[in-house]
Amino acid sequence: MPRSKIDIPCHVDYLSILDETGTVDKELEPDISDDFLLDIYKAMVLGRRFDERMLNLQRQGRIGTFPPITGQEAAQLGTVAHLRQSDWFVPSFREMVAEIWRGRAMETFLLYYSGYNEGVDIAEDQNNLPLSVPVGSQTLHAVGLAWAVRYRKKDDVAMTWFGDGATSEGDFHEAMNFAGVFRLPVIFVCQNNQWAISVPLSKQTRSKTLAQKALAYGFPGIQVDGNDVLAVYTAAKEAVERARAGDGPTMIECVTYRMMMHTTADDPKRYRSDEEVEGWRKKDPITRFEKYLIDKNLLEPKKIESVDQEVKEQIQQAVDKAEKLMKELGDPLDMFNHAYAQLPPHLEVQKAYLAKELAETMEKE
Amino acid sequence: MPKLTMVQALNMALKQEMEKDDAVIVLGEDVGLDGGVFRVTDQLYQQFGENRVVDTPLAETAIVGMSIGMAIYGLKPVCEIQFSGFSYQNFHQIENHASRMRWRSQGRFGVPMVLRTPYGGGVRALEHHSESREAFWSHMPGLKMVIPSGPRNARALLVSAIRDPDPVIFYEAKALYRAFREEVPEEEETMPIGKSQIAREGNDLTMISYGAMTRPTMEAASELAEKDGVEAEVVDLLTLSPLDDDLFTESVKKTGKAMIIHEAPMSYGPGAEILARLVEKSFYYLEVPVERVTGFDIIIPLFNRENHYIPSVKRILRTARKMMDGMK
Repeated sequence: MPRSKIDIPCHVDYLSILDETGTVDKELEPDISDDFLLDIYKAMVLGRRFDERMLNLQRQGRIGTFPPITGQEAAQLGTVAHLRQSDWFVPSFREMVAEIWRGRAMETFLLYYSGYNEGVDIAEDQNNLPLSVPVGSQTLHAVGLAWAVRYRKKDDVAMTWFGDGATSEGDFHEAMNFAGVFRLPVIFVCQNNQWAISVPLSKQTRSKTLAQKALAYGFPGIQVDGNDVLAVYTAAKEAVERARAGDGPTMIECVTYRMMMHTTADDPKRYRSDEEVEGWRKKDPITRFEKYLIDKNLLEPKKIESVDQEVKEQIQQAVDKAEKLMKELGDPLDMFNHAYAQLPPHLEVQKAYLAKELAETMEKE
Repeated sequence: MPKLTMVQALNMALKQEMEKDDAVIVLGEDVGLDGGVFRVTDQLYQQFGENRVVDTPLAETAIVGMSIGMAIYGLKPVCEIQFSGFSYQNFHQIENHASRMRWRSQGRFGVPMVLRTPYGGGVRALEHHSESREAFWSHMPGLKMVIPSGPRNARALLVSAIRDPDPVIFYEAKALYRAFREEVPEEEETMPIGKSQIAREGNDLTMISYGAMTRPTMEAASELAEKDGVEAEVVDLLTLSPLDDDLFTESVKKTGKAMIIHEAPMSYGPGAEILARLVEKSFYYLEVPVERVTGFDIIIPLFNRENHYIPSVKRILRTARKMMDGMK
């Protein structure tokens, strides 16, 4: 009856392979083909440049509010790189480059952030959920998808992304608990970018890590240098293999940084210092990966330039395509699309009402 | 009197109530150092400190649930849910607890809290940032549902809401936040919750609206007067629950015609209740069928098409003229 200690195996791995100077830990270095390394590199550059271009467009008033991803390219690509086509992709709202990796057409981002519902366009063969704004809520859908995958005896996995702020939401904890209880093939990817709008991580949790939250739900959590694409890749590989083998969920905490504003409607100068941001600039995920690839003789200045050029052309094409589409789209009546599988009678009436109003306006003009 | 935007007027109400009563606590996401994403709580953190202006972790259920606890203790929490689109996370705390604690404790505990939250479209926002779901809260017994229509009444009603012994859901129209300025007196001003007001007098037609839609309604009324010689009476509800049905039913007894304008979807929206009251209390005075000009029964589209969703001056006029023509 005495007071005793219950022994709870308790540790969280921390993984860093490519440090901020671009020095690689040879023992931990993952085995990735040259082509795939370059694919990841190109995607990282694409994400960065597209982010910059979107910010530019937003500041010119050509698109609306959007959440930039700069600084989080490694966290997104190192994880999503492991998904097969049939796996389930369950994003939050700051996974632009992961979405592109999963096949979302770049122009759709521009349409979406210009207020066109058509900016969501998911092909029949893509198991990608649309981005989800209510923080943490999508994590439960990943759990449901994973449950269904197992029920249908497939070996697909569901991977879901969220931020540090989401770990305060009930939905997140409920998702983690369900995933643990049912031992589901889910990978929880936390992009811990240190800030939930103006609230720093220190005000979000008293926990030493976010990864340790997984331990309470009975499955492994690992913290990685989220700006180190090799570390993220390695941790995600283990997690996906575990899930596919039927050994249950994993949480990966990618320690990274939101280099830009929460969304373009936000002004971070009100709540954080430039010094802090500059400190993280030195840890940039692309700079160090570039050095790694140069050291491996996979990149040289000319190649870097050609990748940049290639990416810029891709972006320009997307912008042109979006602007062309915007001229074709925009029929107000389309707002009634997808309300239900079949439009109920009362909505037919409302749609006709709007059509009549539009026709009258046309007549007058 | 200073001329303030609605954001500034709401800020004034919070500041003055906090100065007056140390039981008033502001809490929510980004309400502290950042001053709220719309700046309604600007500088309150600097003035009152982190114990009275609390930046919480990101969890709507917790913000509301904790507010309920604070209110039971006797504090007067004014919590902010950043966008009403995220208030469904805390729905069960309102439905299961805030709205019924008085009843459930046989009067021992009240929940004198205010839940402030921006609602409505018209500001080119992202998904979940433009809905009008006031009907949810108006439908809940035990709650009060207030929606101001301008800086001055927003300030006065927020003060009343903070002092109210029952939980108040306080909807702030984003489209009005910085749309115009009004003179707002520095000295204390309150307005009774549960009372509507006549925003414009007229004898020909009664237009019933609230919140963001009072502006296009007033504009339409002016144009009717100018171009059609029709004098519309505009009733600004200000509170949706408890609904003051005296003013608008009396108005309809005078005009014989009523139209209801709101941004929320039509079916089961506030207009349905207003219409029911009209039928109950002024049926025999109605000369033409009551008309509703509302949002459609679909998710408000992303912002490129939202102006075709939200009732416009044009749409209000079209309906008003149809009603007047029906009289010829």
